[in-house]
Amino acid sequence: MLRIEDLSVHYGGIHALQGVSFEVPEGKIVTLIGANGAGKSTTLNSIVGLVKPSSGTITLDGVPIGPLGTKDIVRKGVVLAPEGRRIFPNLTTEENLALGAFARNDKDGVEADKRKAYKLFPRLEERQKQKAGTLSGGEQQMLAVARALMSRPKLLMMDEPSLGLAPLIVKMIFDIIRTINAEGTTILLVEQNAKAALEIADYGYVLETGRITLSGPGKELLADDRVQRAYLGEGI
Amino acid sequence: MDIATFFQQVANALSLGSLYALIAIGYTMVYGILRLINFAHGDVFMLGAYFAFYAVTALAMPWGIAFIVAIGLTGLFGIGLERVAYRPLRDSPKISIMISAIGASFLIENVGIVLFGGRPKSFPSIPLFDTVIHLGSVSVLSVSLFIPVVTAAILAALLWMVNGTKTGLAMRAVSTDLDAARLMAIDVNKTISMTFGIGSILAGIGGIMWTMKYPQLNPLMGFMPGLKCFIAAVIGGIGNIQGAVLGGFLLGFIEIMIVAFLPELTGYRDAFAFVLLIAVLLAKPSGLLGKNQTVKV
Repeated sequence: MLRIEDLSVHYGGIHALQGVSFEVPEGKIVTLIGANGAGKSTTLNSIVGLVKPSSGTITLDGVPIGPLGTKDIVRKGVVLAPEGRRIFPNLTTEENLALGAFARNDKDGVEADKRKAYKLFPRLEERQKQKAGTLSGGEQQMLAVARALMSRPKLLMMDEPSLGLAPLIVKMIFDIIRTINAEGTTILLVEQNAKAALEIADYGYVLETGRITLSGPGKELLADDRVQRAYLGEGI
Repeated sequence: MDIATFFQQVANALSLGSLYALIAIGYTMVYGILRLINFAHGDVFMLGAYFAFYAVTALAMPWGIAFIVAIGLTGLFGIGLERVAYRPLRDSPKISIMISAIGASFLIENVGIVLFGGRPKSFPSIPLFDTVIHLGSVSVLSVSLFIPVVTAAILAALLWMVNGTKTGLAMRAVSTDLDAARLMAIDVNKTISMTFGIGSILAGIGGIMWTMKYPQLNPLMGFMPGLKCFIAAVIGGIGNIQGAVLGGFLLGFIEIMIVAFLPELTGYRDAFAFVLLIAVLLAKPSGLLGKNQTVKV
C-alpha cells in the first residue's frame, strides 16, 4: 500500500535519513523501531509532507504522494497521530474530534464515528466539553488516537503513542491499535518501546542513524540477538 | 458639566470605542494566527476610507453600494498584502516578517500620498449620517449612534463565525498549532488568507465609519488610530478577540472622558493611550484578558 524508496532527508548539514526503503502492506501492522535520533519521526513527517525529502519516492497504491501537500496527503487517507500528541489544548475534546474529521462532509457519518470513538474511549465522552489541555496524559493520547480515527484513515501512522504513559495505559493503547487494525486500518507504528511494538507488529524495521539495519516479521525480530541487545536489554 | 453634556460624551466615547474595537480585532486576529504585529493594519484602515471616497466621488456610486465595494476591496487588499509581504517570509525569523510589515506600512502611506495627494480630502456629506438627533436635552450626530449598533452586529457575527463554524474552528486550530492543523487536512494558507480578509474588512468598515464621523481623509490618517488600536489589542490581551474589544472601548472612553472632564489636558489626549499601556503592562503583562502562554518564537 505504502512504499518508501531510497528516502533521504537533510536538516541543514545533518543527513537525517540516508536512503531508507520499506513497505507497508495493506491491512498489516508495520513498526519502525530505533533509538532517539535514528530518524523515525523524520520518516513519518516526510511521508505526510511536513518534511520535504531531499531525494527518494513515496508512493501510495502506486501513486507518488511526494509532490502533494500535507492537506492532500491526509485527504488521501494517510493520517499521522504525531509525536507528543499535539492535541489542541485550548479547544474542547469535542472540537478536537471535529478537527480530526475536518476533511469530511458527511455529517451523519462523522456523528456516528464520534459515537464510535466515545465507545472506544469512554473517558473522552465524560470529558467532551472539557478543554483538551486539562486532560491527563493518557487521556490526551486517547484523544490523539481518536482524533486521527475521525478522518477514517486508510493508513494510520502513530509516532510514539506510548511515550510518557503508565504501563496500564500503554497496554490499553496497544490493545486499541490491534482493534483498529482488525477493523481494517493499516498501521505504521513508530516506537521506542520495541518490545510492545514488535509483539503486535506483522513486520518490523530497525532504524539506526538514518539507515534501516534490520527487518523481519515482528516475532522474529523480537527473538533476534542484535535487537535484544540493542533495544530490549540483554538477558531478557 | 451638566448631565446632557455627559451623555453626549458617552455617545462620543461609545462610537470612538467601537471604532477602536473594530480595528483592534484585526491586529489581534492576525497576531493570534501568525504571531505577527501587522503594522500596515492602520494603513489598510486608511485605504478603506479612500476606497469609499473615490467610489462615492469619482465613480458616483450611491453610498450604500460604494461602501460595500470599498469594504470588499479593503478585504482583498488585506489578503493581497499577506500574499506579497508576509507569506514568502513565513519560515524566516520573526524579525524579518515584522520588518516587512513596517516596510509595507511606509509603502502604503507613501504610495497613498502620491496617488491620493497629500492634501486632506473631505468626504461628501451623507444626510442619513449627518443629522443631529435630539434625545431630550442630549443632541448627538446620528452617525455616533449608528457606529455602536453596526459594531455590535459585526461583533456578534464575528464571534459566531469564530466559535460556531468550521472556518472558525480551522482558524482556532491554526492559531494554536500550525503543523498539527496541517495534519487535520486544514488548508493553512487559505485559513490565514481568510483571517487577513476578515481583519481587513473590519478595518475597512472602521475606516468608512471613521470618515463619517470625522469627515476628513489624508494618507497618514491610519497611523495614529492604528497605533492606538494596536495598544488596545495589547491592553486587552493580544490574540484574544474579546480582549481587543474591551481594550478598544476602554481606550475610547478614557480618551473622550479625559478630554471632557479635564479640558486643559486635551493636548495630551494621544499620550493617555501610551500611559494606559504602560500601566496595564506593568500590572498584567499578558493584558487584561490575556492568558499567560508560552510565546512561540
